Formats: sequence, C-alpha cells, structure tokens
Amino acid sequence: MDSNALFDAGVREYREKGYYNPAYTPKETDILCAFRLTPSPGVAPEEAAAAVAAESSTGTWTTVWSDLLTNIEKYQAKCYRVESVPGQEGQYLAYVAYDLDLFEEGSMANLTSSIVGNVFGFKAVRALRLEDMRIPLAYLKTFQGPPHGIQIERDKLDKYGRPLLGGTMKPKLGLSAKNYGRVVYECLRGGLDFTKDDENIGSQPFMRWRDRFLFTMEAVKKAEAETGERKGHYLNVTAPSMEEIYRRAEFARDLGSPIIMVDFLTVGFSAQTSLSRWCRDNGVLLHCHRAMHAVIDRQKNHGIHWRVLAKWCRMVGGDHVHNGTVVGKLEGDRAATIGSADLLREDFVPADPGRGIYFDQPWGSLAGMLPVASGGIHVWHMPDLVALFGDDVVLQFGGGTLGHPWGNAAGATANRVALEACVLARNEGRDLLAQGTEVLTAAARWSPELRAAMETWQSVRFDHEGVDTLDPVGGGKGDRP
Amino acid sequence: MKTETFSYLPPLTREQVAAQIQYILNRGYIPGIEYIDRPGPTTHYWSMWKLPLFAARSVEDVLAELEACRAANPGCYVKLNGYDPIKQGQIVSFVVHHP
Repeated sequence: MDSNALFDAGVREYREKGYYNPAYTPKETDILCAFRLTPSPGVAPEEAAAAVAAESSTGTWTTVWSDLLTNIEKYQAKCYRVESVPGQEGQYLAYVAYDLDLFEEGSMANLTSSIVGNVFGFKAVRALRLEDMRIPLAYLKTFQGPPHGIQIERDKLDKYGRPLLGGTMKPKLGLSAKNYGRVVYECLRGGLDFTKDDENIGSQPFMRWRDRFLFTMEAVKKAEAETGERKGHYLNVTAPSMEEIYRRAEFARDLGSPIIMVDFLTVGFSAQTSLSRWCRDNGVLLHCHRAMHAVIDRQKNHGIHWRVLAKWCRMVGGDHVHNGTVVGKLEGDRAATIGSADLLREDFVPADPGRGIYFDQPWGSLAGMLPVASGGIHVWHMPDLVALFGDDVVLQFGGGTLGHPWGNAAGATANRVALEACVLARNEGRDLLAQGTEVLTAAARWSPELRAAMETWQSVRFDHEGVDTLDPVGGGKGDRP
Repeated sequence: MKTETFSYLPPLTREQVAAQIQYILNRGYIPGIEYIDRPGPTTHYWSMWKLPLFAARSVEDVLAELEACRAANPGCYVKLNGYDPIKQGQIVSFVVHHP
C-alpha cells in the first residue's frame, strides 16, 4: 500500500470484493435472480456474474472510500452460484441474491431500476437475460396485487366453470365510434363475454375516446338485456398522462362499465400501480395488454423473460393479462406459457426447470390474475386451449370471431358452442387433446354456426418455429447455493 | 334468453346432468341448488333450495333434490352449483332446468 494512501484505492476484480460468494446461503427474505449470462470475450463467468451483482446493487467500477462508512457486506448483492447452460456454449446461469433493504416497499420502478437498470448495458457481459426472480413474501406483501382477482371477477360477472370468452375488435384502427359499437354489439349478443379495444386504440381523429365509450357501452347494455348475461368491453384508458388516464377511467366507471383496459408496459409501472389502486377503489376490473413485451422478452440471450414481467404485473396488479396461446400466431413455448399462466393465477408455484421456473414462488394470498390467450386462435384450437389452460383463462378470438362467413354474431356463437361442448366433454372425463375433433364434430352436427366456422378455418395453422425456446437446464431449484 | 355456462348447448339429458354431478363430487366440491322465476344479468342471489348438500354422496342424491326443487317450484329456473370452500366460491354452476 502506498504510504500516502488512506484506503486501498484502485480497481479490483468484483469477485474479490464479495460479489461472488459461493458460500453464501440465501435468506428467506432475499430477492433472488437467475440471469442467463454471456460474458464478453476474456471475462471469466464468475467475474462477469460478480460484475452483474455489483452493478445492480452497491458497486461501481472502482473502490471508493465511502464504502467503508457502511455495512457493505449486507447491501452488496451476492452471486452464489454459476453454472453453464447445457447445449449453449459461452452461456451461464448466474444466481444472485439481493438483500430486502435494497428496495423501496411497493415500488416496482425502484426494483426494476436496480435489477434491470444499468447492468444490462454493462461491457463485461455481451448479453444478459433475467430468466426468473424469486420475490420473497416479505416484499410481496408491500404490493397491492390484482384489484379483484379471479374469484371476485367470476362472482361479479356470475360466470363459473368455464374459460371466459373474448374478442378483439377489428380493424384495429379506422372505424368510427358508431360502427365500432356495432361490431361490439354483434359479438356480445352472439355469445362472447367480453369484447376488447386493441392496444393502439387511444383517442384518434377517426374515433375520439368519449364517443367510443358511449357507443360501446350502449352496445354492452343492449347485449346484456337481450341475452340475460353479463357482458363487458375492455375500454382502453391508455392515455398521454396520468390525469387523462384517470379522466377516462372515471367516465368508464360512470357509464357502468365493469372493466377497463391499459397497456401496462407502455404506460409504465408507476402509472400501472396507480391505476390498479384506482380500480380496486372503484370496483372496476382491469385488463392489461402487454404491448412492447416482445421487445424485452423475445430474445433468448438478452432481456427479461416474460415470466418475470408476468410476476411484476401481478404484483402491481391487474385482473387479466395477455400471456400467449401456445397454439396461435404469436411466439410462446408451450411449457413456458403454461408455467407463466400458473405464476399469474396460483397461490404457490414450485420450481420446475421443465417449465423454465427456477425458484419456488409463494404468492401469500395476493389475488390471482386471469391469463389471456389471444392471437391467431380459432375454433379448431378450442379443445387444446381448454385442456391446457383449464377454466381460469380468457380465450380471445378476434379474427376467429369476426372472420366467420356469416358475421360476428355467428362467429361468437360458434366459439361459445365449441367452448361449452369442450368443457362439458372434459367434465365427463373425455380427453380433449385426443378426442377434440370428435367433440367439435359432434357439436357441429346441431350447430350450423360451428359447422361453418370449422369449414372456414380447417387448414389454418401457424407452424413457424419459435425464437424463445427452453433449454434443458439441469440444476433445479435456484434458491440453494 | 341465455343463462351462462352450457346455455349454448341443447338442454342437457339426465345422463349428461348425472355426469356433471359426478364431476362435482369427484373433485370434492359441495353441490348446491338454487332457483328463481326471473333471472337477470345482475341478479347475484337466487333462492337456495335447502342448504348446500353437504351430505350428498351420490349422483342419485343430487338428482333427487333437483327433481324435488323443480316439482316444488314450477315455472322457475333451477341451477346446480359446485362450491369450493378453499377458494370460497362456486367452481361449477349451470342451469339444469329452464321453465
């Protein structure tokens, strides 16, 4: 040591400073992360992992004297395990533990600014992906969670024992408010439970939000009166500012809408948190669209896996969120998609490498959210969807309703008949994955709407290979060093 | 006029209702029967037919109560529920008899 130096200045490897600590046993209150790490050339995986831990907690690139003023061992994140990813050369899984005190209670913005902040642009890693995050109960309980949850939604709407059925209105953009309301009415009277604004509907020149709200709510009320069933339209309140979001939400509430909608990623976590609280205070269900998610979650080696975004969504709160279909036009590995559905709706989800789940996740009675399966699905997919997702899901058929040759109402009826026939058969003990076609064909004998739908979409498949697939990661539970 | 789950199917036969009752019993849900003369989309409470059938053990027990409810309340809709005390809610619910 230089005799003039008052502390051990200079640049040292992160792993020597306690950020890599294979002897560390995670505490029950720690936030745990599993990162998929691709170190830059020449950087050892343990050093890259330690750098991730450092830059997402207390560290900076050099030693500073004020480190000595605090209990740095408590506050520094610790990478407690690094393992290579089988079949993916140069990729490693790094498990990092963060002390609870590093994060502000109930603040998703704070949590994410730390853990997926600067570190994702760090030069020591070529690529970095947050695969899973274990939220300890102690932290979870500082979040409200879903405004209502699955059982309350079912009680409010009096819909039990089956998936809910929705449809997104098309064309996505360009209809006038009155024509839009017509499309809504036709779908709802035909048998859908919900219709939905698309994610990019705001208040454009061709259809201002207030006009849309008025016409669609007239459609909802009329369909309810005619069918005797509860109906809803997800009124998208995504708007330029929080004040405007509230203004639109209040108008929806005053019109008696049971549900509103928001694009939870593009409005930001703090806006979402505020709106979720508003929804609980005002008894309005909240549907969350995940526009922008694929920018963040699609690439296998960089970004944030959807299962983590889904957990965050449940923490800040919504009653529905889009989660993938396993069979439609959009990306989504089957096992991983069912895994994230369970993370949204179950009270305890065990670690399961086969589903890409690295940690046990208890939810501490935070309400569950309904996962939404939407995108390129039609009646032929119904048996698989019911078998794979069970009852607690919203199945959304946009094109699969509106594209029916006889129009929206017939398309809605076809989907409703197919859904109920599948649920009835499943409850009777029949295997929908094996006998789905048989079940649908039998129902189509007495339902002309279903028969026409089956003829229209007989050969439509989306068989392109996915980008984000699961690796056969060994390991197992990530909370053990 | 529709009445939620299974109301888009043709009226269920006795055998089909029996299979759904078996599903409720197999999963440990508590069967319960409710009836009403005029259902509506926002009518959450129908009249209960006796208490939930906590003691029902067989499909025949439940079918007999459904029949008794129907005979005593002509002109009413009769609904069968399967209740889960853990989730504190109905898991199954459908109208068995439309007047």
